[in-house]
Amino acid sequence: MYTQSMDTGPKDERKAVRTVEEAELERRFDAKIDAGDFIEAKDWMPDHYRKTLLRQISQHAHSEIVGMLPEGNWITRAPTLKRKAILLAKVQDEGGHGLYLYAAAETLGTSRDQMIDALHAGKAKYSSIFNYPTLTWADIGTIGWLVDGAAIMNQVPICRCSYAPYARAMIRVCREESFHQRQGFDSLLVMMREGTPEQKAMVQDAVDRWWWPCLMMFGPPDDQSPNSAQGMRWGIKRVSNDTLRQKFVDATAEQAKVLGVTLPDPLLKWNAERGHHDFGPIDWSEFWRVVAGDGPCNRDRLATRVKAWDDGAWVREAALAHARKQATRQEAA
Amino acid sequence: MTTVKTGSALEKPAANEGPLWEVFIRSKSGLDHKHCGSLHAADPQMAIQLARDVYTRRQEGCSVWVVRSDHIVASDPGDKDMYFDPMEDKVYRHPTFYKLPSEVDHM
Repeated sequence: MYTQSMDTGPKDERKAVRTVEEAELERRFDAKIDAGDFIEAKDWMPDHYRKTLLRQISQHAHSEIVGMLPEGNWITRAPTLKRKAILLAKVQDEGGHGLYLYAAAETLGTSRDQMIDALHAGKAKYSSIFNYPTLTWADIGTIGWLVDGAAIMNQVPICRCSYAPYARAMIRVCREESFHQRQGFDSLLVMMREGTPEQKAMVQDAVDRWWWPCLMMFGPPDDQSPNSAQGMRWGIKRVSNDTLRQKFVDATAEQAKVLGVTLPDPLLKWNAERGHHDFGPIDWSEFWRVVAGDGPCNRDRLATRVKAWDDGAWVREAALAHARKQATRQEAA
Repeated sequence: MTTVKTGSALEKPAANEGPLWEVFIRSKSGLDHKHCGSLHAADPQMAIQLARDVYTRRQEGCSVWVVRSDHIVASDPGDKDMYFDPMEDKVYRHPTFYKLPSEVDHM
């Protein structure tokens, strides 16, 4: 999981006046992008490209790390040993994805500590979806099916991102992500096919609560994403928000039928003429409210992260002190 | 030809995060180790353990190498054209350059 296609790129700060040398470097950079070539960490790149990527990759990394919290909440209460083992493996994957992505972001010249400080100070964003609570066990299956499903739609095109360290990290992430979606669907299917009426109602309730926030994960509509064109031009973004959202709705509507749940949208309907499902309007005021910090769990998520970081400080200090002591002894010997 | 350090753009580790290590995994015996990513760790032992946890959760490997990123010396991407281009006009280095009679062309 879990990038969010928010239009959060820094404002265009390209300098009007450039040296001849800079213009030539930029011309060569553009030619490389046009040829479908990859950009590596040590290659010259425009400042704006670097900043846009740094923001996107670090937000993505933060999302993976914060994304461990809603699910981690249920590890001790998973209904069977099998489901507990699966959930542990999934949450561990999310931690791993965060680490791949932090490493990719670091190649752009920001330290891990700086990125983590920005998250903890509330200056860096993460995906708004993790500011919703996980109220029942069915939320865990629903996160796998819908949230990870939406994330996969978003992430597969990033495997072809022009910035190679990001693309390479995303290939690893996507390889592991399919397990996440399948285990979620499997968990819900068991409840829908073999469960009690209460369990079935619990699944429907979870789907009702997660559906709209999941559609918001693809970010604002294309006509409200003024920086998207630059992202496309640079090969950072490959497919538009609305196109990905439509693809997700089309795939999910069919899966919902197999599962036997109703998606909470009375306007959701197959449109044979378009060859796609029509769906109802999204409440973007809710999206912006949650992004701005006023979702159901924003404060709780950040407080939990900061506490975990502070509580672990002595471990990091001890590990470094041990390493220094070993190095000193080796020098002395 | 200048050389540059690879890995993080930062030459010095920040106070808390420990140095950066590059991770190489041998996916199965008989194959070579391949670079797969990087991580922060306080010392070599911790780097190996973290590499195992982060990069081999699904039988991706049977052997791990870790190398301090600041110990790697790399060619300068700016010199790429000049440094690697000459091969293109040395077609005689390739077996396909030699047209042999069909009786022996499988050579």
